[in-house]
Amino acid sequence: MWNKRKEEEYPPKSPATPAAPASQIKENAPMSTNPASSHVTESRGPAIIGKSVMIKGQIFSREDLTIDGEIDGSVELHEHRLTVGPNGKLQAGVKAREVVVLGTIHGNVEASDKIDIRKDAKLVGDIKTARIVIEDGAYFKGSIDIVRPETARTPAQPKSQPAAAPTSNAATPATAIAGGDSR
Amino acid sequence: MLKDRLRSEPPPHSLHSPPKKSGSGQPFNRASNGLDQFFASLADQESLSILDFSGATQANISFITSMGHRIYSNDALRTMEEAFGSGGDFISNQSDPERAAMFLRENLEFQERTFDGALVWDTLQFLAPPLLQDTVDRLYRILRPQSSLLAFFHADEKAQTAPLYSYRIVESKIMSMTPRNQVRPVQYFNNRSLEKLFQKFSSVKFFLTRDHLREVIVRR
Repeated sequence: MWNKRKEEEYPPKSPATPAAPASQIKENAPMSTNPASSHVTESRGPAIIGKSVMIKGQIFSREDLTIDGEIDGSVELHEHRLTVGPNGKLQAGVKAREVVVLGTIHGNVEASDKIDIRKDAKLVGDIKTARIVIEDGAYFKGSIDIVRPETARTPAQPKSQPAAAPTSNAATPATAIAGGDSR
Repeated sequence: MLKDRLRSEPPPHSLHSPPKKSGSGQPFNRASNGLDQFFASLADQESLSILDFSGATQANISFITSMGHRIYSNDALRTMEEAFGSGGDFISNQSDPERAAMFLRENLEFQERTFDGALVWDTLQFLAPPLLQDTVDRLYRILRPQSSLLAFFHADEKAQTAPLYSYRIVESKIMSMTPRNQVRPVQYFNNRSLEKLFQKFSSVKFFLTRDHLREVIVRR
């Protein structure tokens, strides 16, 4: 059902729109809908996944990342900040140092430093973080577990599966690695 | 059967007063013995799990997590509106099995998760039987033994409508209440009907206040 909706909303307008093989995404990473900034890594802001982009699979990033598109899978930026833009829709488990939500997340979120849920944002899932800010007008359903910074800094045990596993009828699941050298 | 019972009630359009979109009033602080008792029951304990039906607010999250507890937030009134609508058929929709199941699933389905306390505020008074009893039974199942539940029921028998509030914790015995709307409660609850409603629980304690709000602490 979810996939059907995605297909309707995301006709393959460009090669970047459908889930791409891992190699293709690595080549183009960091992903952006703004071509002017896509090849500059030092002087620009965070990597951006634009609102017309949909990815099924795992995203690892070694720099700050803004997601304004749709992600189905998992997102990990252990030492960096993830911003989910107003158009961003994540059906994904998220791990980052800091998470700012203006869009929608369905999945568990671990933020070692802070999570900031802004007005009109929607988050359904369990949160584990050191600090949390939630604005009036935000919708949150789930548990909040505040962990002390000492605890939060210890590397989390990798989970066997993301909170929302990618669905089966997607194209080949992609693994996108943004920033730094590839793993 | 429920429909028959509802037929004897006033016409559906009167179940809710006209929505007061601009009726969201100014928040005001109010002392609460029930809230005080609730937090007293958590004293000297850490890492408890508290269920909060008021929706996620910074005040409640900060207060409860600062005590070293985990909070589970859910906006039960919002789920209620999503399941049953907010119009004149709000009560009759509660007898729809699919809608009732959706309400229970969205609010009270936690797989293996259990809680050491529940702040259900005034949500129960807007539920009609048998959904009300199903909800209380679910609360009983998800609460651990010795845990407490705090609920509010409007105690003015003659009132046609009851104010609907957002509740925020200011201190352990003070809460901030923001009027959201005026809603007709499904039924009037007195001490006896509340004891019957929570008969599975080990104890029910009442605090009747001057402002016609009956605060109830229920011990699992």
